[in-house]
Amino acid sequence: MSSSHDSLRTLDYSVVQQCMHCGFCLPTCPTYDATHLERNSPRGRIALMRAITDERMDLTRTFADEMYFCLGCLACMTACPAGVEYSQLFETSRAMIEESAVLNNPTRHWTRRLLLKGLFTRPRLLRLIGRLLYLYQASGLQNLFRRLGFVKLLPSRIQQLEPQSPTVRPKFSHQLIAPVERPRNGKIQYRVGLLTGCVQDLVFSNINRDTADVLLANGCEVHTPSVQFCCGSLHGHNGEAETSRTLAQRNLDLFDVEGLDAIITNAAGCGSHLKTYGRLLAEDKRYAERAAIWSRKCKDISEFLVQIGFRAPTAAPANLPVDKLTYHEACHLCHGQKITAQPRRILKSIPGLKLTELAESTWCCGSAGIYNIIQPEMSQQLLTRKLGHIAKTGATVVATANPGCHLQIENGAKTKGEKIHVLHPVSLLAMAYRAEAE
Amino acid sequence: MNTDIVSELSAHFPPEAVITQPEDLFAYSYDGTPILQQLPKAVVLVTSPEEVATLLRLASKHGTPVVTRGSGTGLSGGSVPVEGSVVLCTARMNHILELDTDNLTIMVEPGVINNEVALRADSVGLFYPPDPGSMKVSTIGGNVSENSGGLRGLKYGVTRDYVMGLEVVLASGETFFTGNKCVKDVAGYSLKDLFIGSEGTLGVVTKILLKLIPRPAARKTLLVVYERMDEAAATVSAIIAAKIIPCTMEFLDRTTIRCIENYSKVGLPLDCDAILLLESDGHPAAVDEEAQRMEQIALEHGARSVSLAKDVEEATKLMTARRMAIPAMARVAPTTILEDATVPRSKLPEMVRFVQKTAEKYKLTVGTFGHFGDGNLHPTFLANERNPDEIHRVHEAVTEIFTYAVELGGTISGEHGIGLTKKTFLPGAIGEVNVRILRELKRAFDPQGILNPGKIFDRLPSAGVTTAHPTAN
Repeated sequence: MSSSHDSLRTLDYSVVQQCMHCGFCLPTCPTYDATHLERNSPRGRIALMRAITDERMDLTRTFADEMYFCLGCLACMTACPAGVEYSQLFETSRAMIEESAVLNNPTRHWTRRLLLKGLFTRPRLLRLIGRLLYLYQASGLQNLFRRLGFVKLLPSRIQQLEPQSPTVRPKFSHQLIAPVERPRNGKIQYRVGLLTGCVQDLVFSNINRDTADVLLANGCEVHTPSVQFCCGSLHGHNGEAETSRTLAQRNLDLFDVEGLDAIITNAAGCGSHLKTYGRLLAEDKRYAERAAIWSRKCKDISEFLVQIGFRAPTAAPANLPVDKLTYHEACHLCHGQKITAQPRRILKSIPGLKLTELAESTWCCGSAGIYNIIQPEMSQQLLTRKLGHIAKTGATVVATANPGCHLQIENGAKTKGEKIHVLHPVSLLAMAYRAEAE
Repeated sequence: MNTDIVSELSAHFPPEAVITQPEDLFAYSYDGTPILQQLPKAVVLVTSPEEVATLLRLASKHGTPVVTRGSGTGLSGGSVPVEGSVVLCTARMNHILELDTDNLTIMVEPGVINNEVALRADSVGLFYPPDPGSMKVSTIGGNVSENSGGLRGLKYGVTRDYVMGLEVVLASGETFFTGNKCVKDVAGYSLKDLFIGSEGTLGVVTKILLKLIPRPAARKTLLVVYERMDEAAATVSAIIAAKIIPCTMEFLDRTTIRCIENYSKVGLPLDCDAILLLESDGHPAAVDEEAQRMEQIALEHGARSVSLAKDVEEATKLMTARRMAIPAMARVAPTTILEDATVPRSKLPEMVRFVQKTAEKYKLTVGTFGHFGDGNLHPTFLANERNPDEIHRVHEAVTEIFTYAVELGGTISGEHGIGLTKKTFLPGAIGEVNVRILRELKRAFDPQGILNPGKIFDRLPSAGVTTAHPTAN
């Protein structure tokens, strides 16, 4: 089922028209900052979208390239005085681009099909691949292959990415978290659902465990379906609107949306998208109502903890290298969900940690979903800038609440030979709670 | 030889500096002004005065109009391209060249953002006061070309008061510097003053020498609520009569207050008629005393309540209300038409009432806010550009407002410039003799009329736009 949101020409005109081209977005846009070309700015992109909407311009390859040069970091939405829904315009443009096939070539077509439709719609298959990757990494085969230079046999694009491939955890979320867990002592104050994500499930299942622990420690009964679907943000951001709607429906089927007090996510990129299910399924008779409830109840972990007045820990996390900490704001947390104070509240509540503010903390680190794969040059520029600011704080621990940023900063620091630990704020809180018991 | 300006530009500039792709041209077809749009022939991203000179020489040779643009935030159409023009974009000339803490000056390229200058000055304990609403986006080059104002006009003046020197490239490609670091300088006419506010019609500014002043040590902010606008006006007059010059005296009318409250729920009373935001800065002792006096005067003149910020955080909270004015109104309607009629301070209540009455007459929604201390008002019409009838009514209302502002001894533009949107009102506002002198000056600097033609007044009829090589080949 297609939707009016899949083409700029059928989208409600007021969304495009809301931009008054004041230019307030320009200094906050990382791509405009890099090139100073108006086309690479949100205002410029919206002008192109409007030209297409008004049929004064065709949807060209140049426009398509431009929309894939955009990071989708949504910093422009924070700066916009007129409240332009850039994320909606961005997703609609990419959906229209994919529909038009202007960017199509066989490799791109099959890669996208394999990843977006084949892999990221099938959670069990994704876990199987994850398992194989784990065995490859854990058995030492990866190191052996690297030493033997087998990597050089791979296509150059894959060769560049190979060292960045994340280390898969020995256990995935369903092996760490039971479908229903109740607080060990004390009564149940809230019943919440926990979303385990895709990358988070394979690479950061420990963060999911930490999230469950923190929720339990704050009187929550935690419901974690053992097999969950991708939230669909990857698809929504990459022009696969229909698949993204299907995935939203599957996730709605998994949870007792009406009965739960909140549905918790700990990955900023997912959260930003999960909260739009209401809009995404607004035209879907069967799901519209539940999707709207979902959108209201879906909360980022830090947002929920502050909302319920979480318990401040009384002990400092054990075995932390140094107390010097800084916080990098994931775009889809600060711009996408406007959550800025809550993670800091959590970090500041932890004994022994000293938070040093990061310059340009809300500036994109270049991860931006799969941006680091499709636009490696721009991504690298942003990463270098981010690492420079981190170095200036002297911090040895960087807290951030999104798996993309987590991997990007961790890999970047490793390449530069810097000893930096990247941790999710909720992990730090879980560590502090655990230290209390010791 | 090739007579096409675009191919000549390509021959003289690096490939990435000359833009001709249709997608790129769309992105340079507007500035911050609603509705206006025109595609240029090409865009050149210059990086040095030499490149500016090259571009202008080529444009002169071909008789091609050149429209200079910084960040494109202008509100009168000053940097909207004209037909067949080349846009000269200064966005990449964005270096601070020198900060002179002995003479308290800063030399910058035109593409430097206003806020960058403010921050750089602040880092050494200095202050660059002009703070137009667009200060985080707009360029100093643009600020100079429009003689931008801001919230601090009453006490600190406007851009003109901080320009000590300019490097200018003329249409002919000749480059010269006017002004210097001396406070006193009467050697010849003050040419720099001609270029300030000239909207890109006389030359292209390539370096700007700005004056800085010591940063005020302290600041106090008050928010005052009134049930009647006249009480707000009386307060302003009384404060100035008491020999206090606050750095800001911002005013919000009833519609603006409602829009802000609906949008951001900052706790403004919906049944009040006006809000004043007052700020005093300077020596801590003086600031304390001034703030107390202002509070007292406000209460004596009928203020319903006065909130005095205890610290910076509270002051920021109070200022939020003012900063919310444009965002709050922009969300109400798709097209926000922001005007800047200005009258002598004493005439402000009359002017605000006239704006409200005129809006009622034309069945329009208008919120008025502005700088009460310097008489600069921003009547902001909330409309939809796809409704031609409504836009027509806005135009009629604006015409009446401008006429009335001039009758009260005011001006049609306090800080946005004439550009395209107000040129029909200019003769009525300043008189035919004034306009004739402006045109003569324009001809003296730009005989071919290639620099931002058709802005401020219509294109010059004679001295012709000639093509250097009509059909030659």
